[in-house]
Amino acid sequence: MFLYLVKRVLLGLLIVVFAVTLLFCMIHMVPGDPARILLGPRATPEMITTISAQMGLDKPLPVQILKFFGNLLRGDMGMDVITNRPVATIVFGQLPYTLWLIFTAIIGAMLIGIPLGCYSALHRNSLADRITGVISVACITAPAFVVALYSLLIFAVTLKWFPAVGAGDKGQFWDQVNHLVMPAFAIGLSWVGYLSRLVRASMLEVLGDNHIRTARAYGLRENTVVYQYALKLAVLPTVTVIGVGMGFLLSAALFTEIVFARPGIGKLIFDSITTRNYPVVMGSVLISTIMFVISTTLSDLVNAWLDPRIRASL
Amino acid sequence: MPGWIPASGPRCDVIMKDMIKRIAADPLGLLGLVLVTLMVVSALFAALIAPYDPIALNIMDRLQGPSWSHLLGTDQLGRDLFSRVLFGGQVALKVALVSIGLALSIGVVLGMIAGFGPAWLDNVIMLFFDTIRSFPTVMFALATVALVGPSLSTVIVVIVVTSIPTYGRVVRTQTLIIKSNEFVKAEIVMGASTIRILAVHILPNVVGPLLILASMDIPTVIALEAGLSFLGMGVKPPTPSWGSILNDGYTLIRNTPWPIIAGSIPLVLVTLGFTFLGESLRDQLDPKLRKSL
Repeated sequence: MFLYLVKRVLLGLLIVVFAVTLLFCMIHMVPGDPARILLGPRATPEMITTISAQMGLDKPLPVQILKFFGNLLRGDMGMDVITNRPVATIVFGQLPYTLWLIFTAIIGAMLIGIPLGCYSALHRNSLADRITGVISVACITAPAFVVALYSLLIFAVTLKWFPAVGAGDKGQFWDQVNHLVMPAFAIGLSWVGYLSRLVRASMLEVLGDNHIRTARAYGLRENTVVYQYALKLAVLPTVTVIGVGMGFLLSAALFTEIVFARPGIGKLIFDSITTRNYPVVMGSVLISTIMFVISTTLSDLVNAWLDPRIRASL
Repeated sequence: MPGWIPASGPRCDVIMKDMIKRIAADPLGLLGLVLVTLMVVSALFAALIAPYDPIALNIMDRLQGPSWSHLLGTDQLGRDLFSRVLFGGQVALKVALVSIGLALSIGVVLGMIAGFGPAWLDNVIMLFFDTIRSFPTVMFALATVALVGPSLSTVIVVIVVTSIPTYGRVVRTQTLIIKSNEFVKAEIVMGASTIRILAVHILPNVVGPLLILASMDIPTVIALEAGLSFLGMGVKPPTPSWGSILNDGYTLIRNTPWPIIAGSIPLVLVTLGFTFLGESLRDQLDPKLRKSL
C-alpha cells in the first residue's frame, strides 16, 4: 500500500513536470516575442527588453524551465508583469471560488443523481426508469455553457430570480450562495445524468450478486438489503468517476465562470491567455494540473480504502 | 471481442442492412438515426436549403424574432439565423469527421506500437498519453489557440491531440491481450513480420470497439468546437458556427433570446442524436454490455 502511494505520487509529479515543460516549449515555439505581443505595437525596445528580463524570456529555454521549478520549490510562482503582484497571490486568490463552485455542483449532483439511479435500478424497465434514462442522457449531452446560457436567460434576465454576474459580496454569506446557485446548476446538471446512470448500472450488478441473494434468503427487510448492503457497494464507482472527471469539471467551470462573469481559476486562465500574460498562464495552468493529478490519485486511494479487494491487490 | 467485421465484401452489405434494421427497431436509436441524417443532409445541402446568404448583412432587419421570412429571426447585423445555423452545421460536421478520423488513425498506430513494441517505448507513450489527459481539454485548447491564433485547423489539431490518448489506450490494451494469444505466437515463430501481425491479426480485432468509441465521441467533439467558437477561439467571423451564434446571443442576451435559441437547438439535437445512435450501435455490437446496463 505504501509502495503504491509512493508510486502514484511520483507519477503525479512526473506528469506535472512534463506538462509544465510542454507549456514552456509551446510558448517558446510561438512566432514573435511574447513581451512584444504583451506590450502592444507602441512599446519601445527598452521596455521590451525589461519585460523580457522580468519574465525570464531572455534566457535559453532549459534555463527558463529549471529556474521555474527552482523557484516553485521555494513557493515562488513568479511575478505578474502587468499588475506587479506575485502570481501565487493571484492564483490562490481565485482558487477558492472555483473550488466552492465545483464542490457545490458535485454535491448537488450526488444528492439528486444517486437516489435517481437507485430508484431506476429498483424499478428496472418501468416507465419511470425509461423516462429517467432518456432525461439522464439529455442532461449528459447538454454542454455546460449552453446550460449556463439558458439559466442566465431564463432565471436571471427574464425571471430575475438570481443575480446574473459575479460571485457576491465578500462576507455576505447568503449573497454568495445566491450567486452560486446558477453556475453550480450549469456544471452539475450533466453530472446528475451521469451519476444516475452509473449508479443504476452498478446497483443492478450488485443486486444480482450472491451476497445480496443470501441476505434476502435470510429474510432481511428489503430496505436493509437495498440501502445497507447494495447501495454501499453501488456508489463505489462514483468516487472514481468524480476523481477522473476533475478535468471535465474544470473545463465546465471555465465556461460557466465566463458566462456568469464570476471570478475563478477558469476565468483567470481565459483572461490571462487573451492578454498573453504568460506568468499568470503558467501559474494557473500549473495549479489546475496539480488539482487534476491530486483528485485522480485521491480517488484511487479512497477506492482502495473503501474496497478491500482493491486494497489487497495493491 | 469476436471479429464481427466480415472478411469478404458481400457480407458487409448484409451486416450493414441488418444493423440499420436493428437500430431502427430501437426507438431511441431510430430517433438518433433520424436526427443525425437530418443534420448531415442539411449540412451537405446548406447552400440549396438556406433562404439567405449566411454572412449577408441587412441592418434594416436586425434583431427580429421568428417570422415566415426569417424562421429563427435575425442577429444584430440582420443576418438570417436559420441560414447561419445550416451553414454552422457544415463546420460542426467537418470538425467532427476530420478530427476524429485523424485521432483514430494516429491513436491506432501509437497504441499498437505501445502494445507490441519494447517496454520502454510503451512507458514513454503511456506517459505522453497520461500527460495529455492531465490537461483539461479546454485549457489545452485555450493555450494552443492563444499561441497560434484562432482558426478551424487549430481547433482540429487540438481535438486530435487530446483525443489520441483515448483511442491509443484502448488499442494498446487490446493489442496486449491479442499479443499473448497462441495464434500470434505461432505467427511469430513462423517468421511473420511485425507489420503483418499488426495489420492482419491485431488491427481487425481492435477496430470494433474503436468505432463504437468514435461514434460516442462525435457529440463531445461537436460540443467542444461550439464551446471554443463561443469563446471566440474557434472559427473566425463572419464564418457561421453554432458556437459563434451562441456568442452573439450571449452579448445580446438582454435584447433578444433568439440567437441563443437558434444556436443551441441544433447543437443539443445533434449531440443528442449522435449519443442515441452511438448507444444503440454499442448495444447492437456488444450484447455483453447490453446485458449489464
